Amino acid sequence: MSLLQTANALLLKEFFGAFVLSVRYLFKPKATLNYPHEKNPQSPRYRGEHALRRYPNGEERCIACKLCEAICPAQAITIEAAPRGNDGTRRTTRYDIDMTKCIYCGYCQEACPVDAIVEGPNSEFAVETREELFFDKQRLLDNGAIWEREIARNIAADAPYR
Amino acid sequence: MDLLLSILLIVVKSLALLVVGLIAVAYYIYADRKIWASVQLRRGPNVVGAWGLLQSFADMLKFVLKEPTIPDGANKGVFLLAPLVTAVLALAAWAVVPVADGWAIANLNVGVLYIFAISSLGVYGIIMGGWASNSKYPFLAALRSAAQMVSYEVSIGFVIITVLLCAGSLNLNDIVKAQDTRFGLFGWYWLPLFPMFVIFFISALAETNRPPFDLVEAESELVAGFMVEYGSTPYMLFMLGEYVAIVTMCALLTVLFFGGWLPPVNVAPFTWVPGVVWFVLKVSWFFFLFAMVKAFVPRYRYDQLMRLGWKVFLPISLIAVVVVAALIEFTGFAGGVAP
Repeated sequence: MSLLQTANALLLKEFFGAFVLSVRYLFKPKATLNYPHEKNPQSPRYRGEHALRRYPNGEERCIACKLCEAICPAQAITIEAAPRGNDGTRRTTRYDIDMTKCIYCGYCQEACPVDAIVEGPNSEFAVETREELFFDKQRLLDNGAIWEREIARNIAADAPYR
Repeated sequence: MDLLLSILLIVVKSLALLVVGLIAVAYYIYADRKIWASVQLRRGPNVVGAWGLLQSFADMLKFVLKEPTIPDGANKGVFLLAPLVTAVLALAAWAVVPVADGWAIANLNVGVLYIFAISSLGVYGIIMGGWASNSKYPFLAALRSAAQMVSYEVSIGFVIITVLLCAGSLNLNDIVKAQDTRFGLFGWYWLPLFPMFVIFFISALAETNRPPFDLVEAESELVAGFMVEYGSTPYMLFMLGEYVAIVTMCALLTVLFFGGWLPPVNVAPFTWVPGVVWFVLKVSWFFFLFAMVKAFVPRYRYDQLMRLGWKVFLPISLIAVVVVAALIEFTGFAGGVAP
C-alpha cells in the first residue's frame, strides 16, 4: 500500500465522494411510479387479460374454428362447438381459458381469423382463489363488452404494422 | 413524603421520555426507510397515512397481531427474555442522556460509564436469543454478532477516554458544558478530536450492527442472523432495541462531539432556540448520516470488519489517547478551551 493510498484510506476520501454522490441522488426525481395512481404508458400491442369480441351489431365474432385452441402452446384453451339453434351457424358452446396455464404469448389472437379472441390492455385482474382464474365464455364476452373501446383503438393503432 | 414525590417525578419523567422517545424512534425508522429509498430513486413507504407517515405504526400493529411462534427445542424462558433484554437495555441507556441543560432523568456522575456498560450488556440479548433458539444458524450469527460488538466496544472505549480527558468529567451534562466556548460550533470536540469523532462514528455503526457492518443479518446472504427463529412481538422488540440503540449512539455522538444542546453560534437568534431543539436537530443529523451510510457503503467481509476494528481503529485510538493526554499534560490545552 503506497503512502497516497494510506492517506486516502485514512481520510475516507472515497466515502466523502460517495456521500456527495448519494446526496445528489437523494434529490433526484424518483425512478419508480406511484403505482396505483400513476401508470406507465402502454403499447397498443400489450398482451393482458383475454376478451372475446362481438361485431357492432351484437353478433359474437367467434366462429369456433379452434385455431386458437390448436396453436395455444400452454393448451390453456378448451373449445366445444355446435350449430346454433336459431340459425344453424357454427358457434362455440364452450370457450374456456385456464388463466393459470396461459403464458400470455398472444398466439391465440394472432391465429384468430376474425379478431374474436384478443388480449386486452387490462393487467389488473388479480383474484383471491384459483377457481376465479378459470375463465368461461361468459366471462370472456363480458371482458369484451367492458374493454371493447380500448381493444378496438389498440387494434386500429397497430393495424398499419401488421 | 419527599421521597415519594421524587420517585413519582422520576416515574413521570421516565414515562414522558419513553413515550416521546418511542414515537421518535417510529419516525426515525420511517426516515431511515425513506432516505434509503430516495438514494436508490425509489419512493419508500407512501401508502399508510399521508406520505406513509403512519407506516411504522402499521408495522407495529402487524407484528403485535401476529402469532408468536416458539420453536420446539427452544429454551422458552431465555427465548422470550432475549428480546426484552435487548429492548429494555437500549431504552435504559436514555436515563442519563441530557436532552437539554440538566434535562436528564438521572444526572449521574459516571454517566458515560453507565451508557458504556448498558450498551455492552446489549450483547447479552443477542447471545441469549441466538443460544435459546436451539438452532445452528442463529447460534453462529449470535457468535459473530457478539464478536463484532465486543471488538468495536474497545475502540469506542478509547475514543470516549480522549473526550473525557478533554472534558475532565464523566458526567454527560458536564461534558456538554465543557464544550460551551465562545467559538460556538468550533469549540465542540468534533474539531480538535476529529479523527476520534470519525472513529467513534464508524464504531457506532459496527456496534449497532448497522450497514456496512450488518453481517449479522445481511439480507442478501443470510436470513436474519440471530433472529431467524423470531417472529411477531419478540422480533419487533429486537428491531425496536436495535433502532433505539442507533438513536442512542446518535445522541452519544451529539453529546460527546457535537455540543449536546448548545447552539452552533453563541449569538442572539440561535441562543433563543431551546436546547432540546438543537439536541434533536443534531441527533437527527447523525441519524441521517447513519441512514446515508446504509445507502452508499457496500457490506464488509467479516475478516475486513475484524481487521478494521483490531488493526486500524484500536492502534489509532490507543495512540490518540496517549497523544491527547500528553498534549493536555504539557500544554494545558484541552480541545479549544483554556483551563
